[in-house]
Amino acid sequence: MFAYYLELALRSLKRSPGLTALMVLTIAFGVAASMTTYSVFRAVSGDPIPWKSSQLFVPQIDMWGPNGRGSDGEPPDAMDYNDAITLMRDHRAKLQSAMYQISPSVVPADASKHPINVSGHAVYSEFFPMLDVPFLYGSGWSADDDTQRAAVVVISSKLNQKLFGGSNSVGKTVNVEGKDYRVVGVLNDWNPQPRFFDVVNSGGFSTGVEDVFLPFQRAIAVGLPNDGNTNCNAVPAESGFVGLQHSNCVWIAYMAELDDAAAVTAYKQYIDGYAHDMQQSGRFGWAPNNRLRDLPAWLDNQHVVPSDTKVSLLVALGLLLACLVNTAGLLLAKFLRRSSEIGVRRALGAPRLAIYAQFLTEAGIIGLAGGALGLLLTGVGVASVGWVLPKDIAALARVNFSLLMLTLLVSVIATTLAGLYPTFRASRVQPAWQLKSN
Amino acid sequence: MTLHPILAALRKHKAGVVLISLQIALTLAIVCNAVFIIGQRVERVNRPTGLDENDLFLVTQQWVGAPSSDDPAGVEKLDVMQKEDLAALRNLPDVASVAPSNSVPLLNSSWTGSVSIKPGQQLGDKSGTRTAYYFTDDQVLPTLGLHLVAGRAFTAADVQHQGARDQRDRPVIIVSQALADKLFPQGIAVGKVIYSDGSSAPSTIIGVVARLQTPSTGSWGNDFAWYSTLVPTRLDSNFTRYVVRAKPGRRDAAMSAVPAALYAVNPMRVLDADDSVKSFADIRTSAYRADVGMAILMGVVCLILLCVTAAGIVGLTSFWVGQRHRQIGVRRALGARKIDILHYFQIENLLIAGVGVVLGVLLAVGLNMWLMTHYEMTRIPLLYVAIGVLAMLAIGQAAVFVPARRASNVPPVVATRSA
Repeated sequence: MFAYYLELALRSLKRSPGLTALMVLTIAFGVAASMTTYSVFRAVSGDPIPWKSSQLFVPQIDMWGPNGRGSDGEPPDAMDYNDAITLMRDHRAKLQSAMYQISPSVVPADASKHPINVSGHAVYSEFFPMLDVPFLYGSGWSADDDTQRAAVVVISSKLNQKLFGGSNSVGKTVNVEGKDYRVVGVLNDWNPQPRFFDVVNSGGFSTGVEDVFLPFQRAIAVGLPNDGNTNCNAVPAESGFVGLQHSNCVWIAYMAELDDAAAVTAYKQYIDGYAHDMQQSGRFGWAPNNRLRDLPAWLDNQHVVPSDTKVSLLVALGLLLACLVNTAGLLLAKFLRRSSEIGVRRALGAPRLAIYAQFLTEAGIIGLAGGALGLLLTGVGVASVGWVLPKDIAALARVNFSLLMLTLLVSVIATTLAGLYPTFRASRVQPAWQLKSN
Repeated sequence: MTLHPILAALRKHKAGVVLISLQIALTLAIVCNAVFIIGQRVERVNRPTGLDENDLFLVTQQWVGAPSSDDPAGVEKLDVMQKEDLAALRNLPDVASVAPSNSVPLLNSSWTGSVSIKPGQQLGDKSGTRTAYYFTDDQVLPTLGLHLVAGRAFTAADVQHQGARDQRDRPVIIVSQALADKLFPQGIAVGKVIYSDGSSAPSTIIGVVARLQTPSTGSWGNDFAWYSTLVPTRLDSNFTRYVVRAKPGRRDAAMSAVPAALYAVNPMRVLDADDSVKSFADIRTSAYRADVGMAILMGVVCLILLCVTAAGIVGLTSFWVGQRHRQIGVRRALGARKIDILHYFQIENLLIAGVGVVLGVLLAVGLNMWLMTHYEMTRIPLLYVAIGVLAMLAIGQAAVFVPARRASNVPPVVATRSA
């Protein structure tokens, strides 16, 4: 029976090629615009570490008090050195790391080459297991290396390619900021977007790769300055990087792994207890106002998804809706014009259901054709977002199988929905009346 | 012609009329807001920085194995190195002038603080005025191409230097006109004293420049986008920025000469070809890329939407014309002129579009209000909506013209034929 509907539908579509083309184009443009903006939205709103994001938490300590809070009463979104070190020392989470962004120079062993600048982070050893960082060679360093302030480094596969031609460089030496570091690990391709472990300094998305990771205490000991944002609510009393460490300026990101609800509650109690102790000791002149958000909530709080992306998606969905209304109007006109044909079919014994099936098949075919053209246009759209959007975001938008399937699915379902009312009207055609008027 | 027969006919096509009005309403709502977004972005991108941007470029470099800026001896050595770099750049044949600076407008790397007319106000205190500092030297005005509107420029004697993370008194400063007006709403700022970052050491305003944007283009910097302060101090660290003005038309030549000149002074530095020497035009492009992109995206959406809506009107009216072929023939046979038939369809479209735009205005304002509560958006001026309404009606008339003319060409003889 379906084959029959298909034939009827194709015949009907061929009868008015202009109108058919118009409907197909409308659907195609509507779907392509939505899918292109959706591909960008999907890329920037995705969970960077889906298997673990609900166990990763970002603690915020209110070390500035009421004067430093935003209008929403939020404490600072980063930590000062003092609090970060205390939290590390107390070590209450299963895994945790304080971290700060660095931008040291690396001097190639080949003297004919100019030094290069790399970006990276100073982190604790637990950073690697906590974030399931993949290694190509070697591994992260040990907790002992943390306390010993060992001159060890983990480098990216890209830097490994540049410095060692991609060979296993574990045990070799890299000159970072004029000092020699022993390579203990080489990362496999690892470039999470957004840069969830340090949103405050990366702003979320980044075109670059994290090239080096050094032990936190080592970086502090050699005075490797921070490269990201530094926020102060009072001018540091002492100057220099050491002065920054003694100040309550915030510049350190912090992340902790807490595996279950009990651990989360215990950790929240711990940081509130810490703030309470600070209040008792007179350092804080206010009651604890801390936050402990899991990663998805933190990314949301930091507005990692640009509002432009959301507005674009919204506008594109509006466009799709307008296209569907347009298609519904055209289908309605088209179907009702065939009232006499419907009348004959009904008089010959076709049930309403058969009319439904026939016309929805026709709508579905338009949807399918629109979807197919939409696929092509979506491909063009995603390829050209690089021309209009910032590079860090455009680079993330990709066409893949699921996007293609979604495009087709949205197109067919939406068009069928748009065809529902016209079909309903068509099925209400009174056979007797149509036959008489003919 | 009375409206009655048109309304009566429309009643027969209720669903079609509702759908097409709904589409016009949706189109109007989306296009109004999209055009408003485009307008805002274009305005943002076109605001002048206050700089003479032609022939301007920025050099960013980092020394390797340089002395630490945390101890006084290191600062002195770094300052010598910086002065050598400045001298080398100033000696280049295609260079007109050079000034060190921690940042430039639109670079999105800023040192911000707050200034106040009272001493000792804490940074967190909201009563101070936020400002962005440019730490530079006496060459800054000619290099950036700033217009001094009052007072005097920095002289070589005003210039000091300090470690990049040190705090030092700032005895003399130049401020932007906007900041001067904010601090001293009634009267002259030159010669007045202000206090920066909660300090109790006075800074005397010796000059005012007409306009100077801050480095930040992000929304957090919107409140103080024009509140800039120039400080005649070279910042010393292992990392420096030099703003260079090339001789007219010689920018590219000057830019390509920079790496060799600086490597000749000291090869132990990071100076990569793509990022380290950037023309101001490139800085501007990357700062506003997201805005331009959003404007283009909204433009494309509007274009598609208007085409779809126009095509929809053409399609639906064509159908109605076909459907009423015989009736039109009858009307013509009874004496209606071609122009009457044309007007019939035009007025019919005007009625449908009229209902659509009324609904559309409500939707447009509603969408704008929703965007205002959820995203950074301002209230849409009624002018945009009014223009949108007129445009929508015009598009409706344009779209209906072709099928309406076809209808007017239906010969009266059709009436005599059986269907």
